[in-house]
Amino acid sequence: MVYQISVFLENRAGQFAEITTTLADNGIDMRAISVAETADYGILRLIVDNAEKATSILMQHGYLLSMTPVLVVAVSDEPGGIAPVLATVAEGNIDIEYMYSLFTHAEGKAYIVFRVNETEKFVSLLATHGITPTTAEELGIH
Amino acid sequence: MGNYFQPEIETASREQILAWQNERLVKQVQHVWDNVPYYRKKMEEKGLTPADIQGVDDLKKLPFLTKDDLREAYPYGLLGKPLSDCVRIQSTSGTTGKRVVAFYTQHDIDLWEDCCARAIVAAGGTKDDVCHVSYGYGLFTGGPGLNGGSHKVGCLTLPVSSGNTERQLQFMTDLGSTILCCTPSYAAYLAESIHERGLRDQIKLKAGIFGAEAWSEKMREDIQNSLGIKAYDIYGLTETSGPGVSFECEEQTGMHINEDHFIAEIIDPETGEVLPEGSKGELVFTAITKEAFPLLRYRTRDICVLTRKPCSCGRTHVKMSKPMGRSDDMLIIKGVNVFPSQIEQVLLEQGYPANYQIVVDRVNHSDTLEVMVEMTPENFSDSLAKVTSMEKKLVDALKAMLGIYAKVRLVAPKTIARSEGKAVRIIDKRKI
Repeated sequence: MVYQISVFLENRAGQFAEITTTLADNGIDMRAISVAETADYGILRLIVDNAEKATSILMQHGYLLSMTPVLVVAVSDEPGGIAPVLATVAEGNIDIEYMYSLFTHAEGKAYIVFRVNETEKFVSLLATHGITPTTAEELGIH
Repeated sequence: MGNYFQPEIETASREQILAWQNERLVKQVQHVWDNVPYYRKKMEEKGLTPADIQGVDDLKKLPFLTKDDLREAYPYGLLGKPLSDCVRIQSTSGTTGKRVVAFYTQHDIDLWEDCCARAIVAAGGTKDDVCHVSYGYGLFTGGPGLNGGSHKVGCLTLPVSSGNTERQLQFMTDLGSTILCCTPSYAAYLAESIHERGLRDQIKLKAGIFGAEAWSEKMREDIQNSLGIKAYDIYGLTETSGPGVSFECEEQTGMHINEDHFIAEIIDPETGEVLPEGSKGELVFTAITKEAFPLLRYRTRDICVLTRKPCSCGRTHVKMSKPMGRSDDMLIIKGVNVFPSQIEQVLLEQGYPANYQIVVDRVNHSDTLEVMVEMTPENFSDSLAKVTSMEKKLVDALKAMLGIYAKVRLVAPKTIARSEGKAVRIIDKRKI
């Protein structure tokens, strides 16, 4: 299982930069970033190489955050590569709450992060199509 | 010289007014003693009987009533007449936790409407006018008060109530409204709408009677210039009947208090001591003619100044300045009474910390209320939908409590300054 860190962002100039600088200063490598926002605040979603360390550093700096298990699925890094996964989502009538991609591309693969309403059902459906979610170890993170 | 609704009263000599007040106060104290056990107990605690109150000079001996008393005595504890003799209930605006109800006999309604009629006539109203009442109707006293006053004057009364600007403007142009009664911020909004639609030449307004919230001289000028009218202030509170306790004449230098019905005092809000004329202090009213809700020495919490300088309009009744502030933490936002404690209660109920800040501002002559709230780990989630729905729940709960919309601004934990001692909860940016 891969863990995502979600950070509460105020609508304040420079806050995003502060967070990334703090992580960089502590040698944390970011693997994915996504932001969901309203006019007044936002949620920064991060996948990093060392979630535990990043969490404790951000908390020390006073950030409000939560940890969420997410699914990472490897797809072929070519046009239409994501199609089989999305077909599975449609087949199972699964709601995607959000999705984004990792920066990492390796061996012709791209990685998509999924947060869905029915994780177990999604995993077993993927299995029937011969797709296995990527583990943290495979991504070299923990 | 001005126009009067009841000239013999409004221009009576000081001696005559004092004679009325002496006689009516003595009678009223006896009425309260006989019929309002809640206040009688307060008098007894001070060792007073009605015999101790021989006239206005003795008023200062009587105990005060405050909003807390009204809440404690809710709903019937301060009633001076059997309910079967009452014909109306009105209530303070918007609040649920702090609601105050006031009762009226037909006599009380009559005198209240007389007071409003005086205000309308002072603003130039006659039976030939079309009086457009855009105050809210219902429990709020604004609509019913001016409506009744307008009837007494004999104006053609348009009970439009508040809201629905298109309809307001249509009636105003089609039916030739000449006097507009509403809150000053709504008047400013209507003025803007009239200009936007190019209707300035089609309106016949000559005067406006605007109250229920604080407004500046600058705002008065803006409204007067924009609509080509004279804008008059009016003051009152549900506890003392409603609008019309005092009103402006054409001199526009303060509001004449209807002293045949209300005795006004200015006190030091800290010590309760009565201050001499011209001092700035808390305004206290004693209703000397009301039957059903006869409040003696009611502390309004409004800070103002009284003056008996002769007025060019010929009225002899004392004038009060516009309220300059409050002696408690109540805010008046869009004409609605808001206590920070109500906001605090909602935050706690919704699982937010009671560390908050209220920012009040006035944008385009209309009040805005923003509540800054610290996000908590419990309310935070990776899902934007969850966080926004929590936020909406909070907005709805605030609306239900306050009666007006408050914008919620979620901020990071521990970002609202913890001050040592008294917390700075309210930032009022309004320049009034």
